[in-house]
Amino acid sequence: MTRLRLGGAVVPTFAALGFLFLLVPVAYTVLFSFNDGGKTNLVWRGFTLDAWRNPCGAPRVCSALVGSLQVGAVSTVVATTLGTLLAIGLVRARFGGRPAVDLLVFLPMATPEVVLGAALVSQFLSLRLPLGFGTVVLAHVMFCLSFVVVAVKARVSTLDPALEQAAADLYATPWQAFWRVTFPLLLPGIGAAALLAFSLSFDDFIVTSFTSGGFTTFPKFVYVSATRGIPPQANVISSAMFVLALLVVLVVQVVARARRR
Amino acid sequence: MSAATVLRRSRAGTALAGQPPAPAGGRGARRLLVPGVLYLGVFFVLPVGTLLATSLYAPVPGGELGQYTPALRWQNYPEALGAFWPQLVRSFAFAGAATVVALVVGYPMAYVIAVRARGRRTLQGLLVVLVVAPFFTSFILRTIAWKQILADGGAVVGALRWLHVLPPDGRVSATSAAVVVGLTYSFLPFMVLPLFAALERLDPRLLEAGADLYAAPATTFRRVTLPLSMPGVVAGTLLTFIPAVGDYVNSSLLGNSTTTVMIGQVVDARFFRLLDYPTAAVLSVVLMVTILVLVTAYVRRAGTEDLV
Repeated sequence: MTRLRLGGAVVPTFAALGFLFLLVPVAYTVLFSFNDGGKTNLVWRGFTLDAWRNPCGAPRVCSALVGSLQVGAVSTVVATTLGTLLAIGLVRARFGGRPAVDLLVFLPMATPEVVLGAALVSQFLSLRLPLGFGTVVLAHVMFCLSFVVVAVKARVSTLDPALEQAAADLYATPWQAFWRVTFPLLLPGIGAAALLAFSLSFDDFIVTSFTSGGFTTFPKFVYVSATRGIPPQANVISSAMFVLALLVVLVVQVVARARRR
Repeated sequence: MSAATVLRRSRAGTALAGQPPAPAGGRGARRLLVPGVLYLGVFFVLPVGTLLATSLYAPVPGGELGQYTPALRWQNYPEALGAFWPQLVRSFAFAGAATVVALVVGYPMAYVIAVRARGRRTLQGLLVVLVVAPFFTSFILRTIAWKQILADGGAVVGALRWLHVLPPDGRVSATSAAVVVGLTYSFLPFMVLPLFAALERLDPRLLEAGADLYAAPATTFRRVTLPLSMPGVVAGTLLTFIPAVGDYVNSSLLGNSTTTVMIGQVVDARFFRLLDYPTAAVLSVVLMVTILVLVTAYVRRAGTEDLV
């Protein structure tokens, strides 16, 4: 019995240390948004709300944020649409080429970002496509697509085909059956996939740095500033996004719980 | 009616006879695949093809920096590998170390969320949110936070010196250890989440059965929990290892410019600073192929072990 109780305390202690490890840098990021650190913001110099009062105070930080939000929004919409269709098709279609399509979806996830970035920029350069917002979106849709497929596929395979059959028996066209029956049932999966796609796109640095040319996103801004010192405004924006994302998750959980009851 | 059409029709017929037809299934469902498959064809398969072609390009004779011509210059491979094998080997070693550490740190976390917090939905939800919380702040800012945490004057280095883990003038900053810590940190959530998913499916009655049969908790863990969580271990280690091998944010922000350089940094520098596209392409191709070979071997091995 003692042994059991010992194990009972040891595992949670290790887990707590793991959580601490995971969260200390997040706390640092938030803490340094209140630092009176001037331009470099590397050492703690005292508490101030200056950066929070003027989040766009550092040059180019807000235009980089807007760039990331635009890329994230467009990539999410396109990747979620293509990925949802692909996921439904993969579960429903009966044909010999399915292992090949499965492989095609899996390979981008098994390829490191540097390789994706180098491959895409080679392609864009050989097509003489100017690097910028458009090429970044094309690249982001590509790497988000596979993750959307995986997330939505899990949901599609739980779907009972009899429901759509019932709709068809009630003289619904396939189009009506999709929008009135299938889509609402898939919505939680599609929503989760879209959130995943947005967060992957919004925080991406490596593929972006290869395919963006002169266009700047928020992660690229932070990385490029790292040598000269990152303005505390970057920490403010990151902390604000953190709080916003937590609120979204909280609302989703509360709504899901209310539905379950 | 041609023979091929008859064959196709009859095959469709047997397929339909064998299983109840899904509504909007068959050809309609196949059409849904077209846009996504085309997209991945144009923006994944084609670029990888271009990368392969670029890896064999030759410099234009008497041309400027960055001018290459399509060729089959196979020497690019031995030349690039001869120059950069240490960075390549180091990338796999660092990523391997980070994956092992992430598994050791992440398993208890996933276990506590899935098994100890079972049935307590609020606590479970909260812990899952804590695991994904780092994703909500900038990846690069968090990496820079590690640079501050591991800095020479910081509390971590102070404690390690006091404990004589580090010599009095020892440092963590700009060492391999700092890069491995950074890599472990960056991809830890990708380890914890699949482990959690696998452990959550575990039937708690199996653990009780182990205890009822007088198995020590450690034995139950080794003989029941661990084997049943293997799918999570495989998924988690892959999701940690693959991005870690190619990462260059951690090694460039937390490492030094000689003994911690990873292959991603080399590809980046060759591409953008030296305009040496063929070498960058060779290293990318080698990285991709090596990972695919390792992943295939690993999944096969893990798969057979599962059956034994």
